[in-house]
Amino acid sequence: MTEQEVLVRVEDLIKHFPVARDAVGRRRPGHIRAVDGISFEIYRGETLGLVGESGCGKSTAGRTILQLYRPTGGRVIFRGKDLTELKGRELRGVRPHMQMVFQDPYASLNPRMTVGQLISEPLLVHTRQSRAERQRRVRELLELVGLDPDLDRRYPHEFSGGQRQRIGVARALALNPEFIICDEPISALDVSVQAQVVNLLEDLQERFGLTYLFIAHDLSMVRHICTRVAVMYLGKLMELGPREAVYNRPLHPYTRALLSAVPVPDPDLEAEREPALLTGDVPSPADPPSGCFFRTRCSLAADICRAEVPAFREVRPGHYAACHFVPMEGW
Amino acid sequence: MARLLEVRDLTTCFHTPEGVVHAVNGVSFDLAEGETLGIVGESGSGKTVSMLSLLRLIPEPPGRIVRGQALFQGKDLLKLDREAIQKMRGSQVGFVFQDPMTSLNPLMRIGEQLSEPMLKHLRLTPRQARNRSLELLKLVGIPGAAHRLDDYPHQFSGGMRQRVMIAMALSCEPKILIADEPTTALDVTIQAQVVALVKDLRRRLGMAVIWITHDLGVLAGLAHRVVVMYAGSIVEQAPVRQLYKDPRHPYTLGLLGALPRVDGQHAERLANIAGRPPDLLKPIIHCPFAPRCRFAIARCWETNPALLPVSDAHQSACWVLGGTGEPFGETQVD
Repeated sequence: MTEQEVLVRVEDLIKHFPVARDAVGRRRPGHIRAVDGISFEIYRGETLGLVGESGCGKSTAGRTILQLYRPTGGRVIFRGKDLTELKGRELRGVRPHMQMVFQDPYASLNPRMTVGQLISEPLLVHTRQSRAERQRRVRELLELVGLDPDLDRRYPHEFSGGQRQRIGVARALALNPEFIICDEPISALDVSVQAQVVNLLEDLQERFGLTYLFIAHDLSMVRHICTRVAVMYLGKLMELGPREAVYNRPLHPYTRALLSAVPVPDPDLEAEREPALLTGDVPSPADPPSGCFFRTRCSLAADICRAEVPAFREVRPGHYAACHFVPMEGW
Repeated sequence: MARLLEVRDLTTCFHTPEGVVHAVNGVSFDLAEGETLGIVGESGSGKTVSMLSLLRLIPEPPGRIVRGQALFQGKDLLKLDREAIQKMRGSQVGFVFQDPMTSLNPLMRIGEQLSEPMLKHLRLTPRQARNRSLELLKLVGIPGAAHRLDDYPHQFSGGMRQRVMIAMALSCEPKILIADEPTTALDVTIQAQVVALVKDLRRRLGMAVIWITHDLGVLAGLAHRVVVMYAGSIVEQAPVRQLYKDPRHPYTLGLLGALPRVDGQHAERLANIAGRPPDLLKPIIHCPFAPRCRFAIARCWETNPALLPVSDAHQSACWVLGGTGEPFGETQVD
C-alpha cells in the first residue's frame, strides 16, 4: 500500500458519561464507559466502517470525534489541530469541514422548517452569502442529491424516508466539507431505498473526494461501501483492518461471530451454514468485565482473558486485533 | 403437507379524507401445516395489512375488508363473529409484532402478561398459568427464567423482549405463528438467535410460520416458500430456491440486486430500483410496477397481469418474465 495522507487521527479517545443511579433507580454513582480508549486513523478519500452491536459506543465515538460531545480524554487531530483543545470561534472555524448525516431521517429534520431553510441553515451560520446566493446553492444541492430543486418550499413530512435522507445529505454537503460522518444513514430505510442512498454517497465521494466514517450495524452494507473496517465492542476496538482481510480472514472471535450472524441471500449456502451463535447479552458499559471485555461471550475465553486486557496489536500489516489468542505468525 | 390456511382474493381498503387507499388488492395464497412462508415487500406494500386483515385487527372504520375468504380449519376467518375471531387470535394464531419495545405493557410484570391469554383461552388457574409461563420463558431461552417472571419489560433487553413476545404468541400452542418484521429492530447477532429459535420451535411444535420482512437476506435460510408483495398485490411466489435462483419478476430482481452480500459476491454498484411505489389512492389499472420497470412493454401499460404460472409452484405477475419457458431477455442479477 502506498503512503496515504491521514485526514483524521484519533488517539486514545475516551468518553464516559456520569450516572448517579442504576437502571432501576438505586443510588449508585458511576460512569458509563461509552467510548473507552480507541485509536485509529482515517485516510483522505477512504471510507472507514465502524461496526458493532447497539450500545457498543459507535455513535458516541462519531459524535465525540466531531466534538458534538466533548471527550473525557484523548485527542482528535484534524487539519493539523487537536479538536479537543479548540473552543468557541476556533472550533466553529473547523466545523464547516466536518459534517454529519444522522440515522433517523424522520427525527433529524425540523418539521417546521422548509427544505430550503433546512439546507441553507448551515450557510446562514457559517457564511456571509446573500439570500440569492443561498437560494442558488440550495437548488444546486437539491439537484446534486437527486431531488427536484423546485421542492425547496416543501416541508419534511411531504417526503419519503429515502428522500428525507437525501435532504440530510444535501444539508451535510452545503459547506463543502472534506469529512462526513454517516451515522447509520440507511438503517431506517427499506432495502431498495438503502441502495439508492448508498449509491448517492458513493457518487458524491467520487465527485468531491469526500472522506467518510460510516457507522453501521449492517455488515453486508459495510463490506460494500467501505475500504477499511473497525469493529467495536463495549467502547473498545476489537479489530481494525482492510475490508477484504477483515471479512475473509477475521482475527478476532467477536468479528467472526458477528460475520457468521449475517444471513446470505442464497438458500443453498444458508442450508449448509451453521451460524456460530453468540450467547447472552452485551454486558453493561457501566460495569464491564475484567480483562478482555468480550470474554463473557467468547468461546475461546481462558484465565488470561480474565486477568489481562489484551493489547490492540498489529498482527498483519495494517490489520489490528485485541485478542490473547491471535498469534503473531501463521496468519 | 396438508393445507392449513387458504386465503382467496383478500381485498382491504382504508377510507381517508384524501380518498380510498387500496392497501390490499386481491391477495391469494396457501399455507401448509408446518410450513414457513416468507412475505417480502417494501413499506406500504400491504404485507402487514393483509395479515392484520386475516385476524380482523385492522380498525374498522377507516379500514374495510372489501371481499375475500380466509379458510382455516374449515371456517372463514373473515366471517367469524367478534367472539369467535378473538378466540382464534389468541389460541390458534399467534402474532409477534415488529417492535418489542412498544408491544409489551410497561406496567405489567412479564409473568402476568404471559399468563393473560392462557387464563382467557385455556381457562387455566392462575397457578397453572404461572407455571406454564415459566416453561415458556425457558422454552424461548431466557436465562434465569424463574427470577424473571416478576420483572417488568424495561428490565429486559431488546432481544429478550422479542423472546418474551414469541413466548406470549406461543402460549396457547397456536397452529400458525405470524411474525411481523420480528428482527428488524434487533442487532444482527440477536436476529440470528431469534431466527434459530423460531426454526427450532417450528420443528418441535410443528406449527406453521408466516414471516414478514423487507429483507430477502433473512428469508433464504428460514422460509420454505416466499411471496413477494408490491402495491398491495402478490407479484411473485415460489419455493425459496427457485425465487433466489430464477426470479421471474422485475421487482424481485430489483430487491435481490439491491442487497449487498457479506460473503463479497456482490457487484461494484448496487442495483437501484428507481422511483417510488405507486400512489395507492388511485385504483391500479396497468401493472403497478411498470413505471419503475426496465423491462416494461406496451402491454404492461394496458392490463395488469394476473399471476402466471412459471412452473408448478412458481408464479409471477409479469407479461415479460412470467409464464413458462425461457424468460425474455437478460434476467440474471449481476
